[in-house]
Amino acid sequence: MSNSIANNILRFVILVLAQVALFNHINFMGYINPYPYVIFILLFPISDKKASFLFFSFLIGLTIDMFSNSGGMHAGASVVMAYSRPWILRSVFGVAYEYNTVKITQTSFTERFTYITILVLIHHFVLFSLETFNVSDILYILRKTLFSGIFTLILSLILITLFSAKRK
Amino acid sequence: MQQIINFLIKYRNFLLFVFLLFISLVFTIQSHSYHRSKFVNSANFLTGGIFLTIDNINSYFDLRVHNEQLLEENKRLRQKIFNPLDSLSSTIDTITYDSKYRVTKAKVINNNYSLRNNFLTLKGGRNDSIKQDLGVITSNGIVGIVDKVSNNYSTVISILNSNSQINAKLKKSGHFGILIWDGKDPNLVELIDVQQKAPVAKGDTIVTGGMSTIFPEGVGIGTIQDFSIDQSGNFYTISIKLFNDMTNIGQVYVIENMDRKQIEDLEQQTIDEQ
Repeated sequence: MSNSIANNILRFVILVLAQVALFNHINFMGYINPYPYVIFILLFPISDKKASFLFFSFLIGLTIDMFSNSGGMHAGASVVMAYSRPWILRSVFGVAYEYNTVKITQTSFTERFTYITILVLIHHFVLFSLETFNVSDILYILRKTLFSGIFTLILSLILITLFSAKRK
Repeated sequence: MQQIINFLIKYRNFLLFVFLLFISLVFTIQSHSYHRSKFVNSANFLTGGIFLTIDNINSYFDLRVHNEQLLEENKRLRQKIFNPLDSLSSTIDTITYDSKYRVTKAKVINNNYSLRNNFLTLKGGRNDSIKQDLGVITSNGIVGIVDKVSNNYSTVISILNSNSQINAKLKKSGHFGILIWDGKDPNLVELIDVQQKAPVAKGDTIVTGGMSTIFPEGVGIGTIQDFSIDQSGNFYTISIKLFNDMTNIGQVYVIENMDRKQIEDLEQQTIDEQ
C-alpha cells in the first residue's frame, strides 16, 4: 500500500516536470502540444476514496496551471476528467470494475485504448473550452481537441506500456 | 438537520467536485482579465527556480543565435558612434534617455507562444528593480509588459496575448492605432483603429506610439504585411510581421519610465476635478 503511495507521488512529480520542461514546448505544427500528465489521473488507483482522487487530480492540474500561467483551466479539466472516470470505467470494463479488480496496465489493448481515448477527449475538450472561453470559437476548440488529443493518446499509450512492462 | 447531514454525506463527492470545479472556474475567469490571480502564476519561488534550472540547460542550445543577435546590436550601436551626424544626435539623445528611462537587463527563462494568452517568465524581480507594468523589449523590438513580480522572478504578458493592447503608430506619418493579437500566428499581430486617411503601404515600419507611459516612443514592432478597411469603412486593420522572433527570445531589456508616476498623478488629478 505504501509502495503504491510512493509510486503515485513519484509519478506526480515526474509527470509535472516532464510536462512543463518538455511537452509544453513541443509546439508541433505551431500550436499542438500533448498533455501526458493526464496519465496520473488515468492510472490513479481505483478505490472507494473518490474524494482524495478528486483532490489530487485538482492538485496536479493546478500545479500545471501555475507553471504555464493559465489560471485554472488545467485544474478544471482534470477535475471533470476525474469525476467522469468511474462512469467510463464501468462502461468500458463492465463487471470487472464492480469487483475492483481492474488494473489498467493489465487490460487488453482495445479496452485500454477506448478508456484512454474517451477520458483524454473529455479532458482536452474542457481544457480548450476554458482556454478560449468563447462559444463562437467552437471550431478552434474541436480542432485543437482532436489534434492534441491524438498526440496525448499516442504518448500516453506508449508511456503506460513502457513503464508497466518494466515492472513485471 | 439529520436529513441535511445525510444529504451531505451521500453527495459529498459530487459537492467536492462542484467545489473544486468552482475554484478552477474562478481562477480561469481571473486569468482572462488583465491582472490575474495572485497565487497561480509562474513568478513564485518554486516555479521560477525550476524554470531557471531548465533554462540553464536549454540556453546552451541557443547560444549561437543569441550571440548573433548581440553582435548585430553591437554593430548597430557602433555604426551610430562612428557616423558623425548620428553620433552628435545620439549623444544628445543619451543624456535625455538616461534621465527619463531606466533600462534593466533580464533573462527569459520560460516562453510560450502556442496558447491564446501567452506569458514569459523572467529571471529578475523586485530585487533588480523590476516592477509591474514596465515595458519589455529586445534589441529588435517589443516583447510585452511586466505583469506579476516576486523577489527574484517576474512574468510578462507577451504581445501574443489576447488581453494585450499596446499603443502603436506608423513610423512614416505618425497615425496611431491599437496593437492586438488574434491568437493565430506567432509572427503576425494586428494594428486596428488606424484612421482611413493614413498613408498605409506594404513594408512600412510600425513603432510604439508615445501615448502610453510604458514604452518609449519609437521602439520597433514590425513591418506591414497586409491591410484592409474594416466593416465600418472608417478604419484600417493592418496585419504586421514582427521584427522579433517571438519563438526564440534569450535576453531582454526592461524599461522604466521615471516620469511615469508624475504623468499618471497629473492625469488622475485632471479626471478627479471634472
